[in-house]
Amino acid sequence: MHRGKLDRRTLLGALAAGVAAAALRPFEALADTAAPLTKPIPSTGEQLPLLGLGTWITFNVGDDAELRDECADVMQAFFAGGGRLIDSSPMYGSSQPVIGYGLNRLGTPAALFSADKVWISSGSSGPRQIEESRAHWGVPRFDLLQVHNLLSWEAHLPTLFAMKAAGRLRYVGITTSEGRRHDEVEKIMAAHPIDFVQVTYNPLDREVEERILPLARDRGIAVIANRPFREGALIRSLARERLPAWAGELATGSWAQFILKFIISHPAVTCAIPATTQVAHVRENLAAAAEPLPDPATRRRMVQYIEGL
Amino acid sequence: MPEWWSYSLSDFLLFSPRTYYRLIERYNEAVWPAQIATLALGLGCLALLRRKVWVQGRIISGILAVLLAWVAGAFLWRRYTTINWAAVYVLPLFALQIVLLVWIGVVRNRLTFQVSRGFTGVAGSAMLGFSVIAYPLVAPVLGRGWLQAEIFGIAPDPTVIGTAGLLLLTGRARWGLLAVPVAWCLVSALTLWAMNSPEVVVPAAAAITVVTAAGFNSQKVERQRELVDDYR
Repeated sequence: MHRGKLDRRTLLGALAAGVAAAALRPFEALADTAAPLTKPIPSTGEQLPLLGLGTWITFNVGDDAELRDECADVMQAFFAGGGRLIDSSPMYGSSQPVIGYGLNRLGTPAALFSADKVWISSGSSGPRQIEESRAHWGVPRFDLLQVHNLLSWEAHLPTLFAMKAAGRLRYVGITTSEGRRHDEVEKIMAAHPIDFVQVTYNPLDREVEERILPLARDRGIAVIANRPFREGALIRSLARERLPAWAGELATGSWAQFILKFIISHPAVTCAIPATTQVAHVRENLAAAAEPLPDPATRRRMVQYIEGL
Repeated sequence: MPEWWSYSLSDFLLFSPRTYYRLIERYNEAVWPAQIATLALGLGCLALLRRKVWVQGRIISGILAVLLAWVAGAFLWRRYTTINWAAVYVLPLFALQIVLLVWIGVVRNRLTFQVSRGFTGVAGSAMLGFSVIAYPLVAPVLGRGWLQAEIFGIAPDPTVIGTAGLLLLTGRARWGLLAVPVAWCLVSALTLWAMNSPEVVVPAAAAITVVTAAGFNSQKVERQRELVDDYR
């Protein structure tokens, strides 16, 4: 009988410990079995999952407590699925404080790869803006800072390189979107030791394939692909169409996965950063970062199929 | 902004329609029952149009200034800027409008509001009536529910459109006083257009109506002046 009491106590204790562990580390408890595929950041070899999390529009929810919690749920699912890189900008309204709220709720997962931007005309105001962004996130330092849309890049890049040299930043990058100022992007990539470049890339926006992606490979620069779904417009336009029968060979169950597999299978692309407000979409997106990925012939077929619709 | 022509309207929309309309909803909940007071002030303006009270112009101008100040402070500054940093740049325009109303209408008593026949009078009356009485129905009609209703004196669009309507009832085209309402209607229309919201027709129609009615009134006044000159 005594032995029986001890057994029950031991069992209850083990259950309680399990519940506590799940409560303390919810994203670990929910972790998917298959982690997303990774690629190395060329300048260091550090592995980065092929899927990140964008925050443009989706995380700009102001002080709406319900929507902030939804964003935190998205972040929780993202980390639980093996995600690391979250990307934001001072331009994105309240997205930075909302990320900070989510990180605070989740206990700032060690896996976090924090990517933000500097976006201000005045070069001398850059450090102040960066510090404000860091405070919003609540992180000791950023992993990656990028000059947003090349705004005053001549003034900001020296600041970012100085921060990196001082150990207050790990990577430096630049961004553009929707094909803007690609000539200038190329010049910066060729002349400055940046670690990352962020550009728009998806099956319908492939201008970067001609020069920027090859240059990134040559120069050892990681590539972040933004606007993978054209802010959702691409998914909406494809919603009425059926996936091709051969999409099953790529283990894609949705247009989102079809598009993401196309993007991340380019040899120069390090990761894509789809944005979403739904946990189900986070899981769906992360599941795209898995084998099999399309080979060059299949990638051409994917483009032809979408362009033919 | 470099290569600004390569940006589409949606590139300037920082938030989702859901976030915007939830902002309106939470704002309505937070300020309740202020809606009753502002609607009463709007109905009071409508009633004063029929009264020949010597301080009528001062009272209506003062009411409009107070309501615009409330909208600017409680909504634009305290709430809208949390999802749209660009809203900060609209605040000086609201401040200018308030100063003009107080100076011209309250201090100098130069504004007299009256319902008149003709296109300008009908347009001004219709805009005021719509903004006070019909605007709260727009959200429920579009399926968004009463909590997201935009009320005169609380939300910017009905307040500004009602203000513009009243200013059309001052007897002549006051372009200086109409500039900010028209500018806001255009900004609001562009925002709603980017959000794919059917409500875009309301501020767009208001801006077109104000410009057309004020232009019509200017021509009418000019013709009357020419007639007087000919008679002399």
